[in-house]
Amino acid sequence: MRRLLGYADRISVRPDETINFKVSSEDEGTFHLDILRIRCGDDTPAGPGLKETPVEARVNGDYPARFQKTQVGSFVSVDHPRTPALESFTLQAMVWPTLLEKDEQTIMGSWHAGHRKGYAIGVVNGRLTLTIGDGSSIETLVSSASMHERHWYLVAATFDSATGEATLIQEPLVRYAGDADSARTTRPMDVRPGNGGRFIIAGHNSDDGVSGLFNGKIDTPAVTSRVLERGQMEHLLDRRIPPEVAADVVALWDFSREMNGVTAHDISPNRLHGTIVNIPTRAMKGWNHDGSEMVWTHRPEHYGAIHFHDDDLYDCDWETDAAWHVPANCRSGAFAAFLTQNDQWFYIPFYVRPPTGRPGARLALLIATCSYYAYVNNHMPIGWGDMGEHSGNAFSVIDMTDIHLHMHPEHGLSMYDNHSDGSGVAYASRLRPFLRMGPRDDLWQYNADTHITDWLEEQGIAFDVITDDDLDAEGVALLEPYASVMTTTHPEYTTTGMMQALLHYQQRGGRFIYMGGNGFYWRVALHPTLPGVMEMRRAEDGMRSWIASPGEYVMSFNGELGGLWRRNGMSPEAICGTGFAAQGFNFARPYTRTPASEDSRASWIFEGIGRDEKIGDFGSVFGGAAGAEIDSIDPQEGTPPHALVVAEATDFGVDFHWVNEEFLHTHSAVNGENCPHVRCDMVFYETPNGGAVFSTSSIAFAGSLAHNGYDNNVSRLLSNVVNRFLDPEPIPSP
Amino acid sequence: MYRIDPGRTDLAEEFRRNPFGPHSAELQKVLNVMRWEPIEGKYVLVNTVPHKEWCLAQLPGKRGVPVTLHEDVVFTDLGEAEWYIFRLRWKKHTGVDLDQASQ
Repeated sequence: MRRLLGYADRISVRPDETINFKVSSEDEGTFHLDILRIRCGDDTPAGPGLKETPVEARVNGDYPARFQKTQVGSFVSVDHPRTPALESFTLQAMVWPTLLEKDEQTIMGSWHAGHRKGYAIGVVNGRLTLTIGDGSSIETLVSSASMHERHWYLVAATFDSATGEATLIQEPLVRYAGDADSARTTRPMDVRPGNGGRFIIAGHNSDDGVSGLFNGKIDTPAVTSRVLERGQMEHLLDRRIPPEVAADVVALWDFSREMNGVTAHDISPNRLHGTIVNIPTRAMKGWNHDGSEMVWTHRPEHYGAIHFHDDDLYDCDWETDAAWHVPANCRSGAFAAFLTQNDQWFYIPFYVRPPTGRPGARLALLIATCSYYAYVNNHMPIGWGDMGEHSGNAFSVIDMTDIHLHMHPEHGLSMYDNHSDGSGVAYASRLRPFLRMGPRDDLWQYNADTHITDWLEEQGIAFDVITDDDLDAEGVALLEPYASVMTTTHPEYTTTGMMQALLHYQQRGGRFIYMGGNGFYWRVALHPTLPGVMEMRRAEDGMRSWIASPGEYVMSFNGELGGLWRRNGMSPEAICGTGFAAQGFNFARPYTRTPASEDSRASWIFEGIGRDEKIGDFGSVFGGAAGAEIDSIDPQEGTPPHALVVAEATDFGVDFHWVNEEFLHTHSAVNGENCPHVRCDMVFYETPNGGAVFSTSSIAFAGSLAHNGYDNNVSRLLSNVVNRFLDPEPIPSP
Repeated sequence: MYRIDPGRTDLAEEFRRNPFGPHSAELQKVLNVMRWEPIEGKYVLVNTVPHKEWCLAQLPGKRGVPVTLHEDVVFTDLGEAEWYIFRLRWKKHTGVDLDQASQ
């Protein structure tokens, strides 16, 4: 198990800026921190080896070790003295519970479990409860009926301090014949509520932070200072405050307001606004959603629900242990803060980008940080079950990191996982330790991408490193100084701003090298103001680990339709000529040249490579250059008409599977043995103003570069491309 | 639904020789059946020493519940480890112990 962990407050830092490292250790004593420049993280027996260079930095040294706690799970915190002081009250909301097997979940209240004080409406083992405590005695009223998961209920708890009468109301929105999930339960209580502290929606106060975290949707929660009649509750559900209850309404929260903010807006005159913690899912269909509108921006009043999860996480919020002021003359590249203590080690990866407008090289390597965020801390090897084995083509092999994540919910989930209630994870944050992103990890994303930095260093090709985050923030201006921009192996997740910047760069004469497979596939959004958090909706199509509910395809961060780029009017073929075609994870194939490779427009790519040579029948990623996830051309999706398929890989066999968004009906001819679409197309085409695009269309490609001491035809081919793309001589139009 | 024929030990032998594929169409049918395994109780391999050692384990089927490591069943070759899982699932589906069937 990992006992030493850390993260940084930023992923990309300029020279003369400061990056802060936050570390938590379960061991006493001190930990050591060293800044490393990362060239290659592949420590597999057949790989190029671990190559990292210590950087002389003032921050290097020993630091006191301490454990730093993480609050996991989402909730709304309302810190105002009025709510805990209530004597009589009504607590009401519409709820859509999703995990009734969980023993204790609080919908809202001013309850403190440690102090045994306050009041709360909650759910225990599927039944609605009202709990009241005065610091010594606690009384709990339990509903006489259970609820169903994923059904809307009006829930209300009322308490009259004069009589002690407590009532629970539980009314389903949909009634089934003979069903008994509707209940009104009443009994007198002797206890009166003590002051439990701040008011919380979807959890309660405890000695250990916020506990009793609720799983499911809560819509239009409200609090009044007296017992409401049933009919009066209806007004509040409609977000109206009629005169007869105006003086008694303490708060009425409207979650449809400021969909990308962290404020829960109280629309009562009291303005008891809450703070939304740990990014629960917003823009969720509310109790009143009737299918008349499937886009929340068109009718936000139908999207007044927040879906809370007990495993949501935005920011671990640890204190800073060490800070590095990056020297003004620091060369751009991949770096890490390397932590060690006793037998423990941990990398905190980050990138030093060049100063704005002052590139340090003619080539930029665009690090797919958005795609890293999507995968970070994924539970796939354990959680995917049969889907993992069917896709992975081997009986499951997990590692100690998988087991650590499995046992530690405080590290959060990835966009490949489901929450504990089975709903998909739509947000991913970098403000937490990355257990699936660093040197020595699997050859996937981060660590596979170090094959590229390793090769560039080996070839002596100067390059700057820039990240998706930088590109989203700065647009095409970030790319313009570079003769060529190269991607990493799997730039799967991109924002609208990134796509536009890449297109414009190509149009202005930039030379673009797509070094991966399954790129530019999912549309995502980075939050406009909150640092380090990304949103994605696995909408109507695509190779998905979960499926968003219809009507919840539109992202809360910016109102854009989520899902596949090819379902959003901009296919990957428009960016790199090819789009995701197939995947298989046990063996890769070499490319063979096509007749188009002899066209004088592209023949220079193959200089020094024989016409019939197999290109990349070797490599450290599944043993070949074309594999893992592979792409092919599709003129209907945007492959330019003049694009040349200069090499191709076919014959992938039964273990490679065609992507599901391509076929209309299910049938059995969907694998590499029987489906002609399971193929990998290496593509070249010119762009206006002397630019060009070259696409490997394979995740595995970079894993072949170091073979035979970097003396091989994959390395040769890429050298030919990079050298030409860095040559100022315009690439002539065809 | 395809059922694994316990008499087709030739397919088991094919897997033993080449656990990572490519596999023949008939062996692929066997593997497809074996891969429809519920998570709870599923036999998997845990890479306990990176690139060097794999241990037999069973998954709990629920996040936060410990994975059961069978520390007495350890492999230094991943292919052999995959072959072990194959034999466990072969027995589950056919009732036949491959070790005995081959003797």
